[in-house]
Amino acid sequence: MKPNEYDDIPGTTVFDAQRSRQGYHLNMFCMSLMKAENRAAFKANERAYLDRHPMTGEQKQAVLDRDWNRMISLGGNIYFLAKLFFTDGKSFQYVAAVMTGSSQEEYAQMMLNGGRPPEGNRYAAEWEKKPGRKRG
Amino acid sequence: MARIVAGVATSHVPAIAAALDLGKSGEPYWKRVFDGYQRSKEWLRKVDPDVIILVYNDHASAFSLEIIPTFALGCAAQFPIADEGWGPRPVPAVKGHPELAAHIAQSLILDEFDLTIVNRMDVDHGLTVPLSLMYGQPKEWPCPVIPLAVNVVQYPPPTGRRCYHLGRAIRKAVESFDQNLRVVVFGTGGMSHQLQGPRAGLINKAFDERFLDAIARDPAALTRISHVEYLREAGSEGIELVMWLVMRGALDDEVEEVHRFYHVPASNTALGHIILENRK
Repeated sequence: MKPNEYDDIPGTTVFDAQRSRQGYHLNMFCMSLMKAENRAAFKANERAYLDRHPMTGEQKQAVLDRDWNRMISLGGNIYFLAKLFFTDGKSFQYVAAVMTGSSQEEYAQMMLNGGRPPEGNRYAAEWEKKPGRKRG
Repeated sequence: MARIVAGVATSHVPAIAAALDLGKSGEPYWKRVFDGYQRSKEWLRKVDPDVIILVYNDHASAFSLEIIPTFALGCAAQFPIADEGWGPRPVPAVKGHPELAAHIAQSLILDEFDLTIVNRMDVDHGLTVPLSLMYGQPKEWPCPVIPLAVNVVQYPPPTGRRCYHLGRAIRKAVESFDQNLRVVVFGTGGMSHQLQGPRAGLINKAFDERFLDAIARDPAALTRISHVEYLREAGSEGIELVMWLVMRGALDDEVEEVHRFYHVPASNTALGHIILENRK
């Protein structure tokens, strides 16, 4: 497939039509957690509940591991994944911290300090120059 | 004749709902946010609109990936509050204005906007947070609300230019409605924020401040911002700002800026708010 203009934004996965197609069943599994009885069934036996959905093995494993960046890379969308982390009793800020590889305290402090600045964070090439930066 | 008297833009951060619903609005972190809306509440009480047209996006609540309408106009008499995973927010159900909504739907389609008509739709924090910020916690919402849901979840959302022109067409529709109604249009979402991936937490204050200046005085310039520029500069979720342009398109070219508020952070987001009034 042809690269997209937005592929060179670092640490960012744009949920476009191709990713939506790839992540359809993963996201629809998350959507099913909007119902209390489904949340209960999932919590009772995660693997069995996941096996009721036609997701790939990689997608199921990423869910079991709560590997949020991996779920995103397999077509997950953050608003759908939210149904999963709400089921876990976690917040957007908790998951954002995990995805950036920082502790929740560090992340919250970064936001209090004005957030992640755009300088140095616009192009993938800017990240490649920085050693030790965690990549998704 | 119905007419549009003013526009309101505001972020719709879900953590604001949690703060309000759990009684945390007096805590210093949240008080700074709610204080920014004190004047707005007084203003809205005075303006006392007959109808609000509220442009927002659904967050995988009413629409999953089964159906993804780009523009969905709520034409129902009532819109239940969505259960977003922890029970519906303890806010009143939203009453619609089916007669005006039906008129707008017809007018827009003949104006070549191929929108989706929705007669059953739960509304989530995208719609209720702006109402809470502007009205507080009333027993009933003081006026009917016509929801206009815009897809910004799956890329690409409609372009800013398209949103601006939709606003123009909404104005034409409102002004051809044969009842004496005063309408306020809300454009919600934004400002800069990114909720996903290793770049989560991106905030671009300079971009946001330029956007706030231009939404008041030079909206045509904003219609030229490309999707990639939004993603790169304002974050993957900052692209929600296209919804502000629907509101702006529905107003006069020249408007009065009544109030502006900008604050970082509200959870992961730069919170932005502006009130614009038509002069006549």
